[in-house]
Amino acid sequence: MDSINNGELSFEQAMERLDSIVSKLENGDVPLETAIELFQEGMKLSRLCGSKLEQVEQKIEMLIETEQGFQKKTFAPVNDDKGE
Amino acid sequence: MANQPRIFSIKELNRYIRMKLESDSLLGDIWLRGEISNFTHHSSGHMYFTLKDKDSRVKSIMFASHNQRLPFIPKEGTKVLARGNVSVYERDGNYQFYVTAMQPDGIGSLYLAFEQLKSKLDAEGLFDAARKRPIPAHPRAVGVITSPTGAAVRDILITLQRRFPSIPVYIYPVLVQGTQAAPSIVKAIEAMNRFGETDVLIVGRGGGSLEELWAFNEEAVARSIAASVIPIISAVGHETDFTIADFAADLRAATPTAAAELAVPHLSELRSRLERQLQRLHQGMRYKLQEDREKLQRLQRSPFFLYPRKYLLEQAERLDRLTDKLEQRTRLTAERGHTRLARLRTALASHHPGERAAYAAKRREGLSKQLEHAMASLLKERKLALHGTIRQLDALSPLKVMSRGYGLVYDENEDRLIKSVAGVEPGNIVKVKVADGRLDCRVLDVKGD
Repeated sequence: MDSINNGELSFEQAMERLDSIVSKLENGDVPLETAIELFQEGMKLSRLCGSKLEQVEQKIEMLIETEQGFQKKTFAPVNDDKGE
Repeated sequence: MANQPRIFSIKELNRYIRMKLESDSLLGDIWLRGEISNFTHHSSGHMYFTLKDKDSRVKSIMFASHNQRLPFIPKEGTKVLARGNVSVYERDGNYQFYVTAMQPDGIGSLYLAFEQLKSKLDAEGLFDAARKRPIPAHPRAVGVITSPTGAAVRDILITLQRRFPSIPVYIYPVLVQGTQAAPSIVKAIEAMNRFGETDVLIVGRGGGSLEELWAFNEEAVARSIAASVIPIISAVGHETDFTIADFAADLRAATPTAAAELAVPHLSELRSRLERQLQRLHQGMRYKLQEDREKLQRLQRSPFFLYPRKYLLEQAERLDRLTDKLEQRTRLTAERGHTRLARLRTALASHHPGERAAYAAKRREGLSKQLEHAMASLLKERKLALHGTIRQLDALSPLKVMSRGYGLVYDENEDRLIKSVAGVEPGNIVKVKVADGRLDCRVLDVKGD
């Protein structure tokens, strides 16, 4: 649960966790309290995954390495069709 | 007298020269640049032609087994690079060039470098399938190493946008042709590995001539691709273009667009995957709740909760039944004890001492009868034996002898039989036993014989 709250999970990690939660719920054998906790965690995960999928704004940056390290610049494609 | 010179046959000479040529390391695998003339493609499949340049010519053969995969059709006047070995056609005594591979000249030197580098790196194992890293199913971000202008980067961005708009993309701009291209690509791959925020790299450029694509055939680029920790998808030129970079990459995409498709999953696939998971989550929870609710209802409906008084009565009845059973059991057990006792008594009585005494008396009577009988027969036996002995004794008895007139002379005390005159003095008393009595006598005289 903590790992979700601090937002560190990648989409794939969140999906994997969601997978294992669903399997546990489907197998029965968990106490009701645990089942409720799992369900709540599962809902959070699915919202997290959903929001990751639906971010509409594509983040495209140009990476430039300087002496200060990596700098990110917004990338604006130039279309001069040289076939490169 | 001069030595007789050795005379060779022509065949021997030709064979010797052939052996000389074939054992030469340079002639065994040599590349020639020349122009094709007198070209004949024989019905057997073999190609016969002459390779010539402005100064010289050499007869050449390319056997069917080698020319089947020729990437072009040789014609009169085609300038080619040909690879093969030199040998002798023994029958005619002329040497020929036996071509094993051939391609049009022009791009020839590049092609040669390509083949040489490819086989060198291949021998090193740089292209081994085991070295290939898997492309992650869902990368956090995609790195793109290409020219920031032009078709390749545009195709890649459009495709990424279409498939998965939310994925972050980092573009590392590089030169993709010219002498500075290779070092610039190598630097970018190293930088992307240090940057570390991308899980997959696309390295490539759009289509072009072999010369334009050349940077992707350079050894330094191939090595940095192989050395990258982040998996690399190569995307150089068009579908038909194969570069050394493609062999070194973890995955080769036919085009930059294909590379973008391979780099990220399709958003709609992920959406439906998430949707499925969400449905299963709800269904699993519903099922769990329903299961628990049913369990609770079953418990609530149990007779104990519905009719507690009835339950108590049932328990009282059960207690009574058990008490009855207990009594019955106790009785039965006592009866069984009695029966057993009686049986044991009977057994014990049969072992009473009185019984044993009667039996012993009976046995004693039998035994004494036996004894008497044995005694009687023994006596009888002995009596008979005695009679026998008496008869024997009788026969041997001195009395019997004496009855024929013999007497036995004893000394006075009757304890010594006198068998000699020695020791007998006149006047001694001797006693003479005869058959029917004894004579006490006095010795008058003693006379030896």
